[in-house]
Amino acid sequence: MRFSFTDEQHQFRDVVQRFLRDKSPTTEVRRLMEGEEGYDPTVWKQLSEELGLSALHIPETYGGQGFSFIELGIVMEEMGRSLLCAPYFSSTVLAATAILNSASEQQKMELLPKIAAGGCLATLAFTEPNGRWDATNAELIAAASSSGYQLDGVKSFVLDGHIADLIIVVARTPGTDGEDGLSFFAVEGEAAGLERFPLQTMDATRRQARLDFHGVQAELLGELNRGTPALLKTLDQAAVALANEMVGGAQQLLDSAVAYSQMRVQFGRTIGSFQAIKHKCADLLLEVELARSAAYYAAAAAAEDDDDLPALASLAKSAASDTYMHAAADCIQIHGGIGFTWEHDSHLWFKRAKSSEVFLGDPSYHRELLIQRWQS
Amino acid sequence: MSEQTEASVRTEVKAWLAEHWDSSLGLVEWRNTLADSGWGMPTWPQQWFGRNLPAALLPIVNEEFVAANAVSVARSGIRMLAAETLLEHGTDTHKERFLRRILTGEDTWCQLFSEPGSGSDLAGATTRADFDGSDWIINGQKLWTTSAHHAQYGLLLARTDWDVPKHQGLSYFVLPMQQEGIEVQQVRQMNGHASFNQVFLTDAKIEADLQVSATGNGWRVAMTTLAHERRGADGLRGANLNFSLDGSPLTGAIYDEERQEIATVQEPYRWYPQRAGRVDLAMPRAKETGRINDPVVRQELAKLLVLSKSAEWTALRARAAQQQGRPQGPEGSLGKLASSNVARAASRVHTLIAGADAMLTGSDSPLNGIIAEILVSVPATSIAGGTDEIQRNIISERVLGMEKEPRSDTGPFRDVLKNTT
Repeated sequence: MRFSFTDEQHQFRDVVQRFLRDKSPTTEVRRLMEGEEGYDPTVWKQLSEELGLSALHIPETYGGQGFSFIELGIVMEEMGRSLLCAPYFSSTVLAATAILNSASEQQKMELLPKIAAGGCLATLAFTEPNGRWDATNAELIAAASSSGYQLDGVKSFVLDGHIADLIIVVARTPGTDGEDGLSFFAVEGEAAGLERFPLQTMDATRRQARLDFHGVQAELLGELNRGTPALLKTLDQAAVALANEMVGGAQQLLDSAVAYSQMRVQFGRTIGSFQAIKHKCADLLLEVELARSAAYYAAAAAAEDDDDLPALASLAKSAASDTYMHAAADCIQIHGGIGFTWEHDSHLWFKRAKSSEVFLGDPSYHRELLIQRWQS
Repeated sequence: MSEQTEASVRTEVKAWLAEHWDSSLGLVEWRNTLADSGWGMPTWPQQWFGRNLPAALLPIVNEEFVAANAVSVARSGIRMLAAETLLEHGTDTHKERFLRRILTGEDTWCQLFSEPGSGSDLAGATTRADFDGSDWIINGQKLWTTSAHHAQYGLLLARTDWDVPKHQGLSYFVLPMQQEGIEVQQVRQMNGHASFNQVFLTDAKIEADLQVSATGNGWRVAMTTLAHERRGADGLRGANLNFSLDGSPLTGAIYDEERQEIATVQEPYRWYPQRAGRVDLAMPRAKETGRINDPVVRQELAKLLVLSKSAEWTALRARAAQQQGRPQGPEGSLGKLASSNVARAASRVHTLIAGADAMLTGSDSPLNGIIAEILVSVPATSIAGGTDEIQRNIISERVLGMEKEPRSDTGPFRDVLKNTT
C-alpha cells in the first residue's frame, strides 16, 4: 500500500518517536554538535540493541530485522524530525545497502551482522573532491596487487568517515572511464595508508570527512568492474531514505513556526492571526504534505523494488529538498530576529536542510534525472 | 424490514431491473418508474422516492444499473443540490411538488447565492426579500448562476432582516424563474466562453409557501447546499451512458435523450479541462516540439511532474485514510490549493513550450487553440469554488489551529461597510 500504513507500522512509528523524543532533545543535539565524534555511543547502543534500528532493513539471514524501506522511511522521518546525531544514515542506510547490492553472499554473511548489531560503524565513500553525485565521478584507482587490491586517491564528503570502522569504497580499475570499471571495496577504518580528515561541516549534526588513500589494502566486494548498477541502486535507495528524513525535519520546522505564531504577540494580536503569517503557514503545510506523499510513495516503491524507483527517487528527493529549505527559511522568517540567533533552535534544522539539499544531488540535478528517467 | 446485505440488495435490484428496465421507454416515463420504486435514489427515505438503503450499499445498486445499461434518474446540474437541500429542510409540500420532477429531469434548477458585492463573503448578500402580506418581493442581483437562462426554479439566499448580524438576517427560498421581474444575462469570461449568468431581480415574487428556512435562518440551509456541492453532488460529470460494459455502443431513443440532457448541462464547461492546466499534454508537447531538449524546459517540466504527482498521491492518501476509518489528516483540505499550484505550473510549462506561439489564440494557437485556452483559463482555478486566499484561511484556521483575523462585520448588517454598486 503506497498511501497508508498498517496498524503495526503506526505502532512502530510511535515507539521510534518516543525513543527519539527522550534521547534527542535539542539540548543533546547541541551537546553532541560540540563533541569530536558527533554522536552518543550510549544512545547508539540502545538504538541498536534495544530497538534493533541499525538492523532494520537488513534481511534476517544476515542478522537483520528483515523490514523494508517503508519502515526505514518511518525511522528516517522521525530521526529527521528530532535531528538525531548518530551514524545511522552512513552505516545502516548507505553502507549496509551498498553491501546488500554489491557483495557476494559470503561477504554479506561476514559484514552485515556486525553492522546490524551496531558494533561496527560502516560508511560508504563514493564522492570525491570533484563534488559530483553521478556514478561516473570516481577517479580513485583500485589496482590489483599480490594480496588483493590497493586503493590510491581521495574520497570526500564521506558521512562519518572520521569514525567509521569499515569503509565501503567505490573505486575505478586503471584505464577505465565513465560507468565502466567501477567496483566496490571494503577497507578497514584503521587500514595502513589511509588518512582521515574531518571536514568542517556547516551542519554539525551530520559529520563528513575527507579520506586520502595511499596504497591502502582493500577487499573487492562482488565482482570486479560490475559495480555501476549496484551503485546507482544504492544512491536511489539512499535518496528515498533522505527524502523521508527531510520531510520529518520540514514538519518539525512547520510545527515550530505555527506554535510560535500562536504565542508571539505584536500590535495587540498574536502574529498567527495575520494573514501574512497564516497564508505562509498554509502554503508550507501544503508543500510538506506533497513532499511527504512523494517520500512515502517512493519508499513503498523501494520496498517493492519497483522499476520506477529511479524516477521516483529523484522526484521525492527534489520535492523534499525544496520543501525542507523553504520550511527552514520560512520558520526563521516567522520567528523574526530571535530566529536568527544561535540560541534559537531553528538554525539547527536550517543547516541540516542545507546539507541535505545538496547531499546526493541538489534539486536541479534530480529534476534533470527525473526527466531522463520518467517513463510515461 | 429484514436486514439488508450486499447479496440481498444485489439480488433484489437485479430482479427489479430484469422486470422493469426497458430501453424502449421514454426517458421521463422510465424515471417516473424509478421514482415510484425508490430505485432511482435508494438511499433516500422510503416516503420520498427512496428505499432507506444504507449508503454503503449504494455502489451495489449502481453496479447493477451499469451492468443492465439502465438509465438513472436525472443527476446533472444544480438539481441534486436542490433535492438534497429540500429533503433536509423543505416542507412536505416542497417535497411533493419538486422532488419527482427533479428526478425525472423535467425541471432544471439554478443556485442564486453569489452576488456582485459578495463573492468570498457569501453571507454579505444584499439581495432583499420583503414580505408584502401575501408574497415575498425580491430585489437585487445575483452572479455566477449556471443554467439560470433555462431553469424552472432557483435556490435563493436573500436578506430579510438588516438590523441583525449578517448571518442572522438571511432567509432561503425557492424562486420560480419563469416570471416577469427576472432578467438573465450571460457573463462572458476572459477566455471567451460564457458559462455563467447574472440574474437581475426586480420585484420578483415568491409565494409564501416557497420559503424554505425560517425567516433569518437561511444561512444554515445554505450551508447544507454548499456541503452537498463540496461533496460533488452537483453531478457536473453526469452518468453519460455511451457504451455498455462490453464496449458496444448503446443505441436507442432513451439513451439519446439522456445524452442530450447531459450535453446541455456540460456545454458551458467545455473549457474546464483546460482550466486545470492540462498536465497530460505537457510531456507529449515537449517531445513533439523538440523543446524537451532545452534545459530550462526540462527543469520546469520536472517541477510540474513533481507537483502534479505529489498532489495526486496526497489525494489518494486522504482517500485511503477515509477508507480505513482513520481521521483524515491535513491532506484532505489541501486539494483545492494544490490544484491551483498545479494549474499555474502547467501554464508556465505550456508557455515555455509554445514559445512565440503563446501569443496567439484560436486556430493560430497550437493544438487548434487548446494551448491558448489553457493559458487564459488557468486563472479561474484559483478563484472558482473558493479563492486560494480563502483556502489558506481555512487551512491555517481549521487544520493548523491559528487564530482568526479580527472581524469588522459582526454588528447589525445595516452598519457594515459594503460595496457600492
